[in-house]
Amino acid sequence: MIETLKARVNEDEALVRRGRFLTTTFLIEVGSTAWLIQIFEGRVVSVLRGPFVMPSSSFALRAAEEEWQKFWLSRPPPGSNDLMALIKRRVLKAEGNLQVFMANLRYFKEVLAKPRQTGAAA
Amino acid sequence: MSATFEPVIGRYMHLELFGRPHRIYVEEAGAGTPLLCLHTAGSDGRQYRALMNDERVTARHRVIAFDMPWHGKSSPPAGWHNEEYQLTSAQYTAMILEVVAALELDRPIAMGCSIGGRIALHLALEHPESFRAIIGLQAGAHVDPYYDLNFLHRPDVHGGEVAAAIVSGLVGPDAPDAERWETLWHYMQGGPGVFKGDLHFYKVDGDIRDRVAQIDTGKCPLFLLSGEYDYSCTPEETLAVAGSIPGCEVAIMKGLGHFPMSENPAEFLKHLLPVLEKIGKRGTRPAEKVAGAG
Repeated sequence: MIETLKARVNEDEALVRRGRFLTTTFLIEVGSTAWLIQIFEGRVVSVLRGPFVMPSSSFALRAAEEEWQKFWLSRPPPGSNDLMALIKRRVLKAEGNLQVFMANLRYFKEVLAKPRQTGAAA
Repeated sequence: MSATFEPVIGRYMHLELFGRPHRIYVEEAGAGTPLLCLHTAGSDGRQYRALMNDERVTARHRVIAFDMPWHGKSSPPAGWHNEEYQLTSAQYTAMILEVVAALELDRPIAMGCSIGGRIALHLALEHPESFRAIIGLQAGAHVDPYYDLNFLHRPDVHGGEVAAAIVSGLVGPDAPDAERWETLWHYMQGGPGVFKGDLHFYKVDGDIRDRVAQIDTGKCPLFLLSGEYDYSCTPEETLAVAGSIPGCEVAIMKGLGHFPMSENPAEFLKHLLPVLEKIGKRGTRPAEKVAGAG
């Protein structure tokens, strides 16, 4: 699912425009699988699959695979439809420099909703 | 296309609140039983725009929504620039009662959403005689903080952008796009620190868990309506409140989220209209029967 991010984000002009002041690398863990996602001025330039020896990232989002799978359903059930919903249920851990995450929260919500079949914003 | 006008009328009311002069924006439409509508944290009275434009509501109700001080077109009080805004239960209650008195509303129906739903529980407990019925939307007795509220008001995070992004997932999946983004736009327009200041009431000061079971629905009927997709005030939390109050009526609204009246008015009205009808029928009964209706 994560592999599709680069193409799906970069083809969304409005999303890339909203992220134009954002250059960072963040880490996602889907269960035991880690991914480093590098953003340059709103475009996804690389999606690297772990394991990593010493991954550097501004922040990390970690959740069990079944939580991400529910989040990526075309119509997620209540409690699984939004990153903040996962955080509220304490099943998504957000760690690191969260200023980057919060200052660009709409951007990150929409990027991470891209694997959904509909591609709809969270 | 020629211009059309809505039947909604807005005015500015000058009113002393908490010992200080305030300039408060009040909108209304319709005639009949007063229906006083309370907006959510960090938003304003525009959330009730659809109700004010729906003849099924306005034919029998005078629908009124005011923007709380610091919100929408209401100003903060003079001197605000050196203060930190923090809403308290006492201020919120006093403000509502003062507005009811200033507008000379005779035992209105009070309907509030989110923080408005929480204060509705406070009103039901402490001032049941002042209202003919109370409707709590997305009403829970307490919400624990689930993110660092400081992100809502700091110079390196845009307050409007982050407020809207925080609440965007609280809009239900079936909301029409225009209404979804109108709802979020209101959040983007909030003043610095205002959403955060409202959440002081929602997450700290307004906790009513230990008293909610004392609400007497014999004195004032209480209806709770909550959206299925609300993870701030979950259906389970609303059902728990309703379960602890004898006579409280409750419904969970499928597919709706935290802003039912604003995000998806057409669906919301399917739930609200029967409640208003029920309240209307109670109002025609003799007083002693109303008191015993529970």
